[in-house]
Amino acid sequence: MSWLDRLRQGLSKTRQQFQDAAGDLGTDLQETLTRLDSIEDLEYALIAADVGRAATEEILADIRKSGKSNLQDALMEALTLQLEPDRRRAQFRQLGFTPDARRTVVDPRGHVVMVVGVNGVGKTTTIAKLGEYYLGRGKSVMFAAGDTFRAAAGAQLGVWGERLGIPVVGGPEGGDPAAVAYDAAAARAARGTDLLFVDTAGRLHTKHNLMEELKKVRRVIDKADPGEPADVWLVLDAVTGQNGLAQAKKFHEATPLTGVIVTKLDGTAKGGILIPIVRELGVPIKFIGVGEGAHDLQPFDPQAFVRALFDVEVPRD
Amino acid sequence: MFEALGNKLQDILDRVGRESKLTEKQVKEAMREIRMALLEADVNFTVAKDFVARVTEKAVGQEVQGSLTAGQTVVKLVHDELIQTLGGEAKQPTLSNEGNVFFLVGLQGAGKTTSAGKLAAHYKSKGRRVLLVAADTQRPAARDQLEVLARQVGVPVLKVNDHETPQETKRRLDEFLKTDFRDLVIVDTAGRLQIDEALMDQLAALQTELQPTETLLVVDAMTGQEALNVARVFDERVHLSGLIITKMDGDARGGAALSARSVTGKPIYFAGVSEKLTGLEPFYPDRVAGRILGMGDVLGLIERAQQADLKAMEVKKPGDFDLEDLLVQLRQIRKMGPLGDLLKLIPGMSRALPEGFNIDEKQLQRIDAMISSMTIKERRNPKIIDGRRRKRIAAGSGSTVQDINRLLKMHEQMKEMMKVLQRLSGPGGLGKGMKPPRMPPMPPGMKR
Repeated sequence: MSWLDRLRQGLSKTRQQFQDAAGDLGTDLQETLTRLDSIEDLEYALIAADVGRAATEEILADIRKSGKSNLQDALMEALTLQLEPDRRRAQFRQLGFTPDARRTVVDPRGHVVMVVGVNGVGKTTTIAKLGEYYLGRGKSVMFAAGDTFRAAAGAQLGVWGERLGIPVVGGPEGGDPAAVAYDAAAARAARGTDLLFVDTAGRLHTKHNLMEELKKVRRVIDKADPGEPADVWLVLDAVTGQNGLAQAKKFHEATPLTGVIVTKLDGTAKGGILIPIVRELGVPIKFIGVGEGAHDLQPFDPQAFVRALFDVEVPRD
Repeated sequence: MFEALGNKLQDILDRVGRESKLTEKQVKEAMREIRMALLEADVNFTVAKDFVARVTEKAVGQEVQGSLTAGQTVVKLVHDELIQTLGGEAKQPTLSNEGNVFFLVGLQGAGKTTSAGKLAAHYKSKGRRVLLVAADTQRPAARDQLEVLARQVGVPVLKVNDHETPQETKRRLDEFLKTDFRDLVIVDTAGRLQIDEALMDQLAALQTELQPTETLLVVDAMTGQEALNVARVFDERVHLSGLIITKMDGDARGGAALSARSVTGKPIYFAGVSEKLTGLEPFYPDRVAGRILGMGDVLGLIERAQQADLKAMEVKKPGDFDLEDLLVQLRQIRKMGPLGDLLKLIPGMSRALPEGFNIDEKQLQRIDAMISSMTIKERRNPKIIDGRRRKRIAAGSGSTVQDINRLLKMHEQMKEMMKVLQRLSGPGGLGKGMKPPRMPPMPPGMKR
């Protein structure tokens, strides 16, 4: 099964609910726009997908002026635009160009990637999957078990490291996460390993002190290995509602994000929170998780995502 | 967490105005906004629709009561309806003398394992003999996590082995209970997506075997629209008896609580409010409804004060309020929890504070350190603190002379303010000695 099929399957539930809520999407656009209740249904459908109020209004405005005859086409175009973090490329798209229809390849900018997020979004599991992804691409990988707070979190990453044959740098439970990060970053630089993924303890973005701790971890990595971490990725659970945006904003303030990874997209009806995040922060979505297996972590392509969402055949090249 | 929604509703309702009777148009307008606010708070859209329909029905033609304004009347209606939707009365699981089995289920990452540990701590403090069962064989090291938590709480743990059948688990559990009497067994299961048929079957099989007295769904307060589906499917498959809402200490508006409660009709027993093992509180619908509307939570505040075991201070003239008193009060208040959280419990406060308002607890700690570096004589009579003493205190507390100057000035201003306040309110007021010291005009490290 290709990943697109998997994605399409994973998103089938979202699509179904969307259609249940908004009615048949193949309907004539002009007719839809003249009926007030159907616009309201569409509004509800978008909000029910966790797209959020502001983005919903913008999407509806885009649909109105799209000039397309078919509602589905107009909606797909509007959604793709929302998911394009680069404004210039968004304009190109608006003019009818498709900058990258091909599947994107995600390469970290530097050697150290810090992975952050609130509790229970799947940071540790995602790191394991990332490790497998980059191992498969011929990179050497290391993990830093920087979650010294949650009971047995280090053990969890240790088990993954053992399964995948990836070395894990850890520390004592309740120890200083920055110390673990420092050791790991120094070790990576010394060994010349290609990539180091630094796990961090889950923290609510409203906890001031814990966000300060995160800043410290980042500073300390820079000390051990100047210029790193070049990437900070936020992991977000797809079932998260509008609070996801608040999370992304606060984490972005503490440690500027270079990417977002959305997990658990397979079981949920939603994932619409991606849209306000890209829209407000301009941070690209790097990967999406559409299943439990390691291969179910996939690079994110907005157009493919939206097409999969609506079950439209994607032109392959 | 709910403040944002409260603020919004309040803004909308302020606009309804001061008419004596609510017209249909006014109500409609307010309700449309309320519906949007609920959606933004992640309340499921069908739940929001029903909610608004119910309130509208009651609101139209409603006589504005007594001295209330139209806006206040709507707030009251919405408040009452919120309490109803959240479950009315606060409920707790009923436990029999023995044979209680709790079954915790939910999505991955909802906080089941942590909640299991917190429940064990909660019931142990109530004199129960608790056993934790670690049945999460999916996530690596999940059982270790529960084992660590069990050790912290001081209760035994039974670990389910990989690929163990439910029958085998039941047999091992019975065997354990034969040698060691336990009247409450809390089972932590693996997280699973509600659409994963195979895993849901497994869960149902384990449930059939263990016959839990309570099956509790653990719901993340940050869940979006999906909360409704999750709760519904889990209820269909394993018949829930109650809910636990976790991560309520974040800023999620918690619409998930409303959705899950209203689709299952099952009571929300507990709310998780911190990462610590003690961070589990009974869920009070009326208080939470009050918080949604920005009405504050005075009961919650009083409860915290009781828990912190505040000592009443001897009543003093404001002019006699010295640094020692300040230190004592500061420490007592900090015992009640982070100051930022406390402020939000005060009625009206959540609206008065800017969004994202935060108090740096470290600043309070610094004040503590500075006063602690003074002699009792200095604390009782700050006037004697001269330049040399200031230097010594600064060195002793790791701060600078400027910091000490600022503290002394702040203390002077506080004294002045207390005098003014006393003249305004007269003696008595809000519980003796419990009156929190006014926040100084120089806010120590309060920032946005």
